[in-house]
Amino acid sequence: MKKGYIGIDIGSISTKGVVVDEKNTIIASDYLWTEGDPMNAVKRLLKSLEKQIKGKDIKVVAVGTTGSARKLIGAVTNASVVKNEITAHAIGTTTLYPGVNTIFEIGGQDSKIIIIENGYVVDYAMNTLCAAGTGSFLSSQAHRLGVSVEDFGSIALTSKQPTNIAARCTVFAESDLVHKAQMGHKKEDIIAGLCKAVVTNYLNNVGKGKRIKAPIVFQGGVSKNIGVKKAFEDAVGCEVTVDANGHLMGAFGVAILAKKSGIERDFDFNITALDFKTKGFECPKCANHCEIMCVYRDNKLIDSWGNKCDNGAIRVNN
Amino acid sequence: MTKVNEEIVACFPQWGNYSHAFKFLIERGFGVKYMTPPPITRRTLELGSRHSPDYVCVPFKYCLGCYLEALEQGANCLMQIFGACRLNYYGELAEQILRDLGYQFEFMNMAEIKWTSPRSIVEHMRKINPNVSIAKVVAALPTMVNMIKLIDKFDDFLRHNIGFEVNEGDFENLAKEFYASLYNIQSGKQLKRIKKDYLRRLKKIPVNKPAKTLKVGMVGDYYTVQEPFSNYYMEKELAAMGMEVYRDMNLTNTLIHNQWKKRHRFAKKYAKFNPGATATFTISEALSYVKQGMDGVIQVKSFGCTPEVDSMPILQNISNDYRIPILNFSFDSQTSETGIKTRLEAFYDMVIARKNTGKGEKA
Repeated sequence: MKKGYIGIDIGSISTKGVVVDEKNTIIASDYLWTEGDPMNAVKRLLKSLEKQIKGKDIKVVAVGTTGSARKLIGAVTNASVVKNEITAHAIGTTTLYPGVNTIFEIGGQDSKIIIIENGYVVDYAMNTLCAAGTGSFLSSQAHRLGVSVEDFGSIALTSKQPTNIAARCTVFAESDLVHKAQMGHKKEDIIAGLCKAVVTNYLNNVGKGKRIKAPIVFQGGVSKNIGVKKAFEDAVGCEVTVDANGHLMGAFGVAILAKKSGIERDFDFNITALDFKTKGFECPKCANHCEIMCVYRDNKLIDSWGNKCDNGAIRVNN
Repeated sequence: MTKVNEEIVACFPQWGNYSHAFKFLIERGFGVKYMTPPPITRRTLELGSRHSPDYVCVPFKYCLGCYLEALEQGANCLMQIFGACRLNYYGELAEQILRDLGYQFEFMNMAEIKWTSPRSIVEHMRKINPNVSIAKVVAALPTMVNMIKLIDKFDDFLRHNIGFEVNEGDFENLAKEFYASLYNIQSGKQLKRIKKDYLRRLKKIPVNKPAKTLKVGMVGDYYTVQEPFSNYYMEKELAAMGMEVYRDMNLTNTLIHNQWKKRHRFAKKYAKFNPGATATFTISEALSYVKQGMDGVIQVKSFGCTPEVDSMPILQNISNDYRIPILNFSFDSQTSETGIKTRLEAFYDMVIARKNTGKGEKA
């Protein structure tokens, strides 16, 4: 019987999961769409992971969660570790690339930059104010241009003269893109221009003032887009590494953290069959109107959060 | 515009823990009733945002929301201070917005006072109370100043220690009691007793403080760094993670013992000229924190605060030179709390890993 550790990264757009063994090797993984329902996405994910490790004699002893729904899923899976995605990504990446100095990460709704020195995070920045230049922006623009987002990168590479696109803001980028298309610019040039715009926006925004030093690893869903990777390499003037598992790095990192935590808890894949419910409500006890979230397993309250003061505290009776 | 014979009820917007000190000055000095502004809640911000220009800096929205709630509850004389930035327009703009909404009130706008002209000062003081006695106001000033100093002293100690309390809630309970005791202070003598009593009790609270702690310094614009609601109770969050929090920006260090010259000189290497408002303080405080060997600095600012935006690249230089992380937070009326939590947690992971206390995980 080997020990296994699950890492789950529940992002706004996609849900990622891995099972690693004691040597940090990924034995199972999956990547699927969150579709606005993290609970269901995780159930689907766990089913898939269970299928992949079936018959391999692995016992899951710890779970780690990260991503924007980390708290909710952490409660549901009784996770040993609930960690923010910045640390999770840093841990995952430095495990695979110990010498890395800079991590570029562009996900569905946010983008971040992590600066690492001698294996330690020394600086980071995260863009949460606006979605310009993130995955959701690219996929909506791909849709507008009538190409699938998966082909976006390869089409971009065929361009010889990328069109200039104003990408400071999603709304302006969109109108500029329509304008350039109506002017007669070729589709591949516009697509390459968009990739370039994403990179310019990223470097001017989250990357502003940061010491960007090679080796650089680029990850997150958008790293699968070779057009953006190429645009990054042109902009920073050195090679940018994209790992085949780059999209799983957050999940991988948090699985390692779960392993390192040493907290082992019984985990049963059966939770996919259990009924989890969440109930959100506004606390009426003062004018703060905190949004309180309660999580129920089979109609029994297992966790709640969101209150700013004791008036809104809901105690779990065990 | 207060109606004749109507009792005057003055109010200054909610700002940190100072309201009791203002109350003392207004009631003892000016001789009119003071309304402690209702605590800031989400409703305050919603009210303020609804009636403010969208792109105004957030402190204005808080102030306006506070005025609206105070007017609802019967205040009829509002006040606003002056400053070295848009703050100078706050009073005029808020007054106009409130008048347009149909409210009747007196407005004492300190930005309109000509401070070199005693006549102008007295004229404006009469707005609060037409029969004001200057002698009484002057007599009340020292106690108010001492009260502010005491509040700052108390809060400083709290910030340094609350993260290490043995019994959860000890500090907060004492703080609540302390502020309540300031509510009805009648004299300087009484204040002295309170000072002795509470500082003694404060220092007696059991703490479990290791020899080496994680220290973090807070800098930022005047309002955001001082009003806990507007920075999402960041000091509390940091303390809950087990950090010692430092914050030099308070009334004692700015109005009472104005350190501007000293601060400006200290920051000279990084900022030859003053970027305006509190930016020099921000830069100089951040520099002094890193020189004192703190583990990190956090800058909180309201979205669109130009002087603080100008200080960001300078802070980045300090961070690069001293190799200490400096994190920036911009707050708007529509900030996502999840984003703040994520970055704060990552900040904690980062400083603890750097400190290498053994608890942090090597990335």
